[in-house]
Amino acid sequence: MASLKEMRNRIASVKATQKITKAMQMVAAAKLRRSQDAAMGARPYASRMAAAIANLAAGVSGDSAPKMLAGTGSDQRQLVVVATSDRGLAGGFNSNIVRAARDHIVALTNEGKTVSIITVGKKALAPLRRQFGDKIVASYEAGAKPSLDAALAIASDIAELFESGQVDVVSLFYSRFKSVVQQIPTNKRLIPASVEAGTEPIDLKGAAYEYEPAEDELLDVLLPRNLNVQVFSAMLENQAGFYASQMAAMDNATRNAGDMIKAYTIQYNRTRQAQITKELIEIISGAEAL
Amino acid sequence: MSGKLHFSLVSPERELFAGNVDQVDAAGVEGDFGVLANHAPFMTALKTGVVTVRDGGSARVFEIEGGFADVTPDGLTILAESAVERV
Repeated sequence: MASLKEMRNRIASVKATQKITKAMQMVAAAKLRRSQDAAMGARPYASRMAAAIANLAAGVSGDSAPKMLAGTGSDQRQLVVVATSDRGLAGGFNSNIVRAARDHIVALTNEGKTVSIITVGKKALAPLRRQFGDKIVASYEAGAKPSLDAALAIASDIAELFESGQVDVVSLFYSRFKSVVQQIPTNKRLIPASVEAGTEPIDLKGAAYEYEPAEDELLDVLLPRNLNVQVFSAMLENQAGFYASQMAAMDNATRNAGDMIKAYTIQYNRTRQAQITKELIEIISGAEAL
Repeated sequence: MSGKLHFSLVSPERELFAGNVDQVDAAGVEGDFGVLANHAPFMTALKTGVVTVRDGGSARVFEIEGGFADVTPDGLTILAESAVERV
């Protein structure tokens, strides 16, 4: 059995850990509020953009449609963008995204497709580099705060790979922020631009759309911008999800530390009591022997 | 149908304006235009410039940097790359 001093030290160490996890939980909670607002604030833009593209896509058809919308007609070369956070200690947040992406990559490889990977966030790079090191073509950090400029750098990289004909299909893995307790690892197809289910072209009540400039020119500008916005909103959702997940994980850790302290304290007190009793018996029997 | 136009101005960061107004003026790549209620469906790219929102006697002015305007029977939506209100 551990000595009293050892047990005292262990209790003190768990208490110190608890203080850290408690502090991390509170920091995450504070940051969650802000990043949740940011993620929610970005949603109208992304959904309106999707609606506008759905409208335009209904107008152009066949060969005139830009490749970013219609695809190259092949799905042989796949680009997988995996977005996670830079930091850990957030429960299964990052590993859920990475696992979903890894399953996808393995499935594609088994189908004989060529896969390239772009990682966003340090926690995507480390596990994927181990398994698919030769497939990673670029990697980015998620950054302390998602910015449009950071998203633009990633999006233009994706666009360049596509425009230069190196990839046919682009999908993005990130975690959709459903609620504080639910973040869903999501696979979103970026190219060909997926018109999300539920985004119906708006009913024009018989009138015809007028475009300035013409549809295809408008699409040429809109689609790269959409790419940028999709990446940006994925980063925002990730950020919010990360803090929510970290808050939950740290809350658990704090509670577990509390349980441990309680158990150790009981054990410590019992041992102390037993020792005192033992000493008393020794003194009494010593006195009796005199 | 009401005589008001439903207008919303969104930037990638947030929604800056949403509500019913009388008129919105903006700078399209092929010319400035104004939108009133019940405008025909219309979509255009926007230049860097100002968007003026008129309601009653008052007007609010936003400076935007590129974007899109989308007029549907439901109203006008401007998607701006970046936007700030001029005070």
